[in-house]
Amino acid sequence: MDDLPEKKKPNKPRKAQSSSGVSRRDFLKISGVTAAVPLVAQASALVLEEAEVAVQGPGKVPVALNVNGKKLNAQLEPRVTLLDALRDQFELTGAKRVCDRGTCGACTVLLDGKAVYSCSVLAIDAQGREITTVEGLGEPGRLHPVQQAFVDNDAQQCGFCTPGFVVATKAFLDQHPNPTPEQIKHGLGGNFCRCGTYAGIRAAVMQVAKKGA
Amino acid sequence: MADEKSKYEWPTAEQRTLIGKRMSRVDGPDKVSGRAKYTYDVHRAGMLYAKVVRCPYPHAKVVSIDTSAAEKMPGVAAVHIIQDVGKEIQWAGDDIVVVAAVDEGSAADAARAVKVEYQQLPFFVDDFTKPTNVPEGAGPMSTNDLIGMFTNQVPEPQIIQAIQKRGISFQVQPGMIDQMRQNKVGEDVIKALQAAPVKEPEKSASNYRKEAESVKGDPDAAFKDAEVVSEGVYGCPVITHCCMESHGSIAEWTDNDHVFSHISTQNVSGLSGQFAQGLKIPAANVHVHQDHVGGGFGSKFGADRWGIYTAQVSKKAGGKPVRYMLERDPELTLAGCRPSAFAKVRVAAKKDGTLVGWESESWGTGGPGGGGAPPMPYVVNIPNFRKNHVAVLTNIGPARAWRAPNHPQGCLITMSAIEDMAAKLNMDPLDLILKNIKLTAPPDNQYHRDETYREELLIAADLIGWKPGWRPRGQNGSGAVKRGLGLALQTWGGRGHDSTCEVTIQPDGSVEMKMGTQDLGTGTRTCILQVAGDTLGLPIEKINLKIGDNQYPSSGGSGGSTTIGGVTTSTRRATVDAREQLFAKVAGALQAQPDDLEAVNGTIRVKAAPSRSLSWKEACARLGSQPIDVTTKNLRPEPLNSSGVGGVVMADVSVDTETGIVKMNKTVIVQDCGLIINMKTAESQVYGAMIMGIASTLYEEKVMDPTNGRMLNPNMDFYRLAGIGDIGELVVHMMTGKGYDERGPIGLGEPPTVGPMAAIANAVANAVGVRVPFLPITPDRVLAALNPAAGGSHASV
Repeated sequence: MDDLPEKKKPNKPRKAQSSSGVSRRDFLKISGVTAAVPLVAQASALVLEEAEVAVQGPGKVPVALNVNGKKLNAQLEPRVTLLDALRDQFELTGAKRVCDRGTCGACTVLLDGKAVYSCSVLAIDAQGREITTVEGLGEPGRLHPVQQAFVDNDAQQCGFCTPGFVVATKAFLDQHPNPTPEQIKHGLGGNFCRCGTYAGIRAAVMQVAKKGA
Repeated sequence: MADEKSKYEWPTAEQRTLIGKRMSRVDGPDKVSGRAKYTYDVHRAGMLYAKVVRCPYPHAKVVSIDTSAAEKMPGVAAVHIIQDVGKEIQWAGDDIVVVAAVDEGSAADAARAVKVEYQQLPFFVDDFTKPTNVPEGAGPMSTNDLIGMFTNQVPEPQIIQAIQKRGISFQVQPGMIDQMRQNKVGEDVIKALQAAPVKEPEKSASNYRKEAESVKGDPDAAFKDAEVVSEGVYGCPVITHCCMESHGSIAEWTDNDHVFSHISTQNVSGLSGQFAQGLKIPAANVHVHQDHVGGGFGSKFGADRWGIYTAQVSKKAGGKPVRYMLERDPELTLAGCRPSAFAKVRVAAKKDGTLVGWESESWGTGGPGGGGAPPMPYVVNIPNFRKNHVAVLTNIGPARAWRAPNHPQGCLITMSAIEDMAAKLNMDPLDLILKNIKLTAPPDNQYHRDETYREELLIAADLIGWKPGWRPRGQNGSGAVKRGLGLALQTWGGRGHDSTCEVTIQPDGSVEMKMGTQDLGTGTRTCILQVAGDTLGLPIEKINLKIGDNQYPSSGGSGGSTTIGGVTTSTRRATVDAREQLFAKVAGALQAQPDDLEAVNGTIRVKAAPSRSLSWKEACARLGSQPIDVTTKNLRPEPLNSSGVGGVVMADVSVDTETGIVKMNKTVIVQDCGLIINMKTAESQVYGAMIMGIASTLYEEKVMDPTNGRMLNPNMDFYRLAGIGDIGELVVHMMTGKGYDERGPIGLGEPPTVGPMAAIANAVANAVGVRVPFLPITPDRVLAALNPAAGGSHASV
């Protein structure tokens, strides 16, 4: 299909790491294969594929995130998404909650440099990864070239989808520094805007591509 | 002293320093860096989170509610019943109980523990089938009817006519009148209501109601004498607003009878009365604040039931801040949709293309109330017509004003029918429209509308390559992929809403402005600053503009394309008044009369001797200890602006006749809107209108499940918007200069959103050689139109 974005669904999580947490994928495996094991607080560890992994929750657990180069700590229920942790715990509200199911891209952040929908990543799964939000790219007076290009080309109206688009554009241009119009269609096809700012976004992408980000 | 008009009138093209310039929006850096705080982003200390129990049935009575288990759940701070036992629910997803808890997870867990029993009632969600057995009389207007017309922004003369013709089924209470006044309902409507006969509501089991019926000229003779008659069916479904930022608010009580609401709204200054009514406190005790709003499109004028109950549950939680922003599912299900419209149309013409007659039977749903009738024939005022419209009363949820209420539907049906007539006549539709261009002139034709349309049509035709590119139906390529062109005309009113602007110039030269308006992303902040800066001779960075709070001087809600006309005229008047006071203070020092001074380039100087000047700072220093503080309201009617704009849309599409997939090649809009304050943000609005139009033509539909009466696609996977790869090339041409600039600023929120559906649908018909009657033009509908014998369900009514 033409229109599938070439990004977005998070990388396959790394193998569950020591005490820091059990990845969601592995968690699903656990709940699938060990239906008889009550997944409650008393089961503090399970053996999975010969490795011992900790069971998290259902209460709050300590979560440590590396966001925009800063170490941030919080007590979170394991069900909390990265998006909600950023927004409600750390006041990083650039990433927006819109569709809340991995369709619209308004929550896009970088995970180890790759664009992901943060509404579809659990905060505990994002531990140990390098998280970059739109706030980490630049700020007024010191904007990232992609952000500046969005301003210059009026690639925003209400602006609610804009932070997600800025982050997606940054990740896209990292992969395709000189994109063709066809590549822009596909590469930024994972973000939606309701006001209709795509003309400005296309112009912004081309501006950065010419100058180099 | 100069007379009133010349004192405030817009500077001429040569005098303008900032007005009309292509400036980047001032809040751009905050938006692109994630610093702009929307209501959804506001985090108040100790804030609780709400979740809502919603009725799963489209029509039901609440039989019992048990909140006892929820109240004992961990983290729960308060539980509030919104619609209690006995209440009749009219659409699925309606709000029943709200729970506030320490975090969203706890609130969701508790909401799940609330037990509600319902008695299910019969429901109706089918707006597509052509109404039959429509009761003769419409019956008196109910409050639902009235609210339906208000929320869909039906023009007041049409509402008054309906009230006078049908009477009303309810007593007009003083409280209702207060509420209407607070919502800026016109006095003529209130008078009509007070004078209307109160009748018994008709006990009709029918879901159909005659909404409007009218005849002009002699349609029977026109059709009898017609040389050619063309017939067709056309229509578009209910679509939603789908704002990126959902509706919602954060409410807190600063004391026992003062509420503070951060709310996502298009109507900062207009919500106090609504909160006051719902919360039984004085309107003066309501504080509303909003810095940025993530889309509204006509759906965010009210405090809404959820705005009120968020405040009510906050009160139960001891006044602590409570946040409730709608989840995507209720946002799409019940926070706003545009009425559908379907029609069976006949058009009569002479062989030379002169249009002589129109007949339409139309219907559509605005949910439980009527949403008014789409204006038809649209723009092209065919001299003889007969038309009637039936409102289909359904349980799909209420309609709200969606950009240019009723115009896109009326435009789609009219322009499609005219294009079909052109095809029948073997005429180029551009030639047919030009032949009938005189019919586009409104009765007074103050602004030579027909001549403007002609000019706009020719520019658009040039930009899209109409003359070299257009081919008659059936001659658009020999392969599977066919290419076609289509066009439409669009119009809207505009003018400005009431607006008041406060300007303070401090002795240190700093300037502050306060206005209770809002910037929907249209560039309102930037445009206000351009007008103020132009008037005061200052760069916009030197002016501190504060908007988005109902404690600032009030401005109207941002609807009907009235914002730019409202805020720029109050700003112009207030800054001219402030400038005049400053001139009076410094004239002596410059050895001149105040009238001989001008404010240019950061100086106050003598017009005839520019070297005699003071810097802005020096001039302000002469104010002594007291600042200049001016508060000025714009006028009604306001001579600084006007109403009535138009535009032309042309679309170029390719359609794969094997797959049915429509691809946008190019869209052109040529639009006039008076004096353009900021060309960059004006163009952005027109680009946006095209893209929204592409989505509503090709993808959008609120799909109702006929078996359970619920919306089938209340998410963004299956309620599809246009993506960056779906839109093709976009070209905007704004009309400026003489004939336009002197009309003053006129809003752009509605006008360009009207025509794209019709132009694209016409381009598809031109490409594939047959009419795809109903939107969205999905592949299955294209194929069904191409192969009607195959029995596609959407080929005809």
